[in-house]
Amino acid sequence: MSKRMVQFSIYRYDPDKDDAPYMQDISVELEPTDRKLLDALTKLKAKDDTLSYRRSCREGVCGSDAMNINGKNGLACLTDIDELKQPIVLRPLPGLPVIRDLIVDMTQFFKQYHSIKPYLINNDPPPERERLQSPDDREELNGLYECILCACCSTACPSFWWNPDKFVGPAGLLAAYRFIADTRDQATNERLDNLEDPYRLFRCHTIMNCVDVCPKGLNPTKAIGKIKDMMVARAV
Amino acid sequence: MSIPVLKFDAVIVGAGGAGLRSAIQLSEAGLKTAVLSKVFPTRSHTVAAQGGVAASLGNSEEDHWHWHMYDTVKGSDWLGDQDAIEFMVRKANECVVELEHYGMPFDRTDDGKIYQRPFGGHMSNFGEKPVRRSCAAADRTGHAMLHAMYQRNVKANTQFFVEWMALDLIRDAEGHVVGVTAMEMETGQVVIFHTRATIFATGGAGRIYYSSTNAFINTGDGLGMAARAGIPLEDMEFWQFHPTGVAGAGVLITEGVRGEGGILRNSSKERFMERYAPNAKDLASRDVVSRAMTTEINEGRGCGVNKDYVLLDITHLDPNTIMKRLPGIREIGLQFAGVDCIKEPLPVVPTCHYQMGGIPTHYSGRVVTPQNGDFNAVVPGFYAAGECACASVHGANRLGTNSLLDLLVFGKSAGDSAVEDLKAGKAHRELPKDAAEKSLARISAIDNRKGGANVHETRLAMQRTMQNHAGVFRFGDMLKSGVEKILEVEKAARELEIKDKSMAWNTARTEALEMENLIEVAKATMLSAEARKESRGAHVRDDAPDTPEFPNGRNDAEWLKHTLFNPVDNSISYKPVNMQPLTVEPIALKTRSY
Repeated sequence: MSKRMVQFSIYRYDPDKDDAPYMQDISVELEPTDRKLLDALTKLKAKDDTLSYRRSCREGVCGSDAMNINGKNGLACLTDIDELKQPIVLRPLPGLPVIRDLIVDMTQFFKQYHSIKPYLINNDPPPERERLQSPDDREELNGLYECILCACCSTACPSFWWNPDKFVGPAGLLAAYRFIADTRDQATNERLDNLEDPYRLFRCHTIMNCVDVCPKGLNPTKAIGKIKDMMVARAV
Repeated sequence: MSIPVLKFDAVIVGAGGAGLRSAIQLSEAGLKTAVLSKVFPTRSHTVAAQGGVAASLGNSEEDHWHWHMYDTVKGSDWLGDQDAIEFMVRKANECVVELEHYGMPFDRTDDGKIYQRPFGGHMSNFGEKPVRRSCAAADRTGHAMLHAMYQRNVKANTQFFVEWMALDLIRDAEGHVVGVTAMEMETGQVVIFHTRATIFATGGAGRIYYSSTNAFINTGDGLGMAARAGIPLEDMEFWQFHPTGVAGAGVLITEGVRGEGGILRNSSKERFMERYAPNAKDLASRDVVSRAMTTEINEGRGCGVNKDYVLLDITHLDPNTIMKRLPGIREIGLQFAGVDCIKEPLPVVPTCHYQMGGIPTHYSGRVVTPQNGDFNAVVPGFYAAGECACASVHGANRLGTNSLLDLLVFGKSAGDSAVEDLKAGKAHRELPKDAAEKSLARISAIDNRKGGANVHETRLAMQRTMQNHAGVFRFGDMLKSGVEKILEVEKAARELEIKDKSMAWNTARTEALEMENLIEVAKATMLSAEARKESRGAHVRDDAPDTPEFPNGRNDAEWLKHTLFNPVDNSISYKPVNMQPLTVEPIALKTRSY
């Protein structure tokens, strides 16, 4: 990589001064060491401090800098800038209210996450030492516990766009299955009851956008399928 | 201007590991508690911890807290307080088991117990050979831990104020802490949190350096607030440079890689750590390994076109082990170095990682400050835990996996102490009339200043100064000029200007406020480092070399003491190290070698 100019088209909206959102065309010169989209945003912000976005760890574990990049949701810190078609079009995550520029209001997303009781439920008195779990049982949690709550998946899901208040969405359902799959958790029936509803679980139509965009390579659709299977098995 | 006042029993500033652990104690005790965080809790930087949390569970081989204590004291180069260290290592098993009960997905041994791996500086039988003490969830221990603690807080109905930035500590005329001012980032609204207990769990300030494993948010906000409220900062010259940051990107590569068998190599593929630490080799303490790597690079044995990094090699490990125990590292290698570590070694350099110093605390989590001849007088109403606090358990150098342990043990004890003090039942003390004035004046100055300093450029100037003048190896003359330079940067940092005038999610304003905190930390670091005329742990200077009289350049007769930097007048004083453990014999002073 060398020094190069990169062209952007960025969604801008400041409720304090803009009547409506607009797309801003802007370019920035990058150093050879600038690899990721977040590096470019940092350079842009140094030129114009009004450009607003969330960011923190810059290594793909905190989930702050999710945005819509050339039409696809992803994390700015894990996206290679040179693999993007220019002008690079940046928009806020779709389907959630925009607060400012690339910052969305995530209240609805977290409300759904909280609705599945995202914590271990085990009513036995805690033993003195750790609860035992075999390596195979522990392996069931792989691909589930690594979620970083970035919301790339839920905001790529048409079912979530249409019913963000009723459909739990892929991130919340992945978390629900994370606890169902945990041998230490005792609330499987209660968790299934919680999802037994025409909307909460069954609005998933296996479109699989969630799998396509997950920056951690997780598969919410598969987890949702397993919950549906358990519902069916329970009914017979 | 009237500022809204919210009344709580307690406010916790920061929702990383330490803040969330404290919050569990307060919420489960039924106290009205507010937890403030600049980011959604699971985005706090604890999430990036990889390798594990130390506890002498002995799940894979014999271990004992006393050995862990010895290792921690030795790792600290005897600057750690031995009462606090004994307290921490003896609480370790209980705190780790609690996490497991909260649902943390630890890896497991074949018999179903928590999986443990070796880590740098952790040895069995008082320094004999590496021991499996690091309790791990693959190489995502921090993520697994932070999410488990957030989830436990959801269960406990903890009240969070997400994306709120604390601005200033409120102290009354007698010096009691009675709350904080804070700003809601979405609206710019400033609010007073009026409390009976204020717990700081604001994390570190690794962003004072140019090259850092730390997140953007690690800006030392708690230290800045404490400094502005006249609280001295302890042992700020001691910063850990983690041996293995990805060259260029700075992203952390866990020591767990070496725990699983990884080897550091120079340009001739030599396993050079055998020369520097014949016993522990690649698992020596972090300061030792970082200096060895820097020496290799300085002497021309670095790799790459510019010979400016060394290699971390795990190509000899079974790919299945890598995929099972180090999956996140493989991703990081692919993402940030363009290297598949199954096939090729990773390019690494020592990178700023952790702040050993901080707000002085007792091991109960209460903040202490010198007063009328008492070095450790409690500041009523004020508690601190985690990286922002200095208990001091890490002294001059922290062992890997002791940071996650620190935030668990002291997060919990700060919470317990606050509960105990609150149940003792004193009413809210009256708010000073000017409680919010300092914060409002700071914001107004930043918003309205014309012709001031640019935030981005001022931050870069600070970061380059710290990197060049107070890095892995330190030089007397460079520290002296570093002091002058950082005081120059401070002038700019007091005169910041922003272009963004919006009240909605004004990140420019947030970054300016953060810069005012960073500079307090940078200044404390440089001045404390210049003043300490010996080498100890992570602080090694050319004019305090290794001699028969002073092995490793350490001078216990003059310098076995904690630094206290007073931010009010930039003066420095010292206080004794507590060499007396709680129940066992002191770990006697010894020359440190691995």
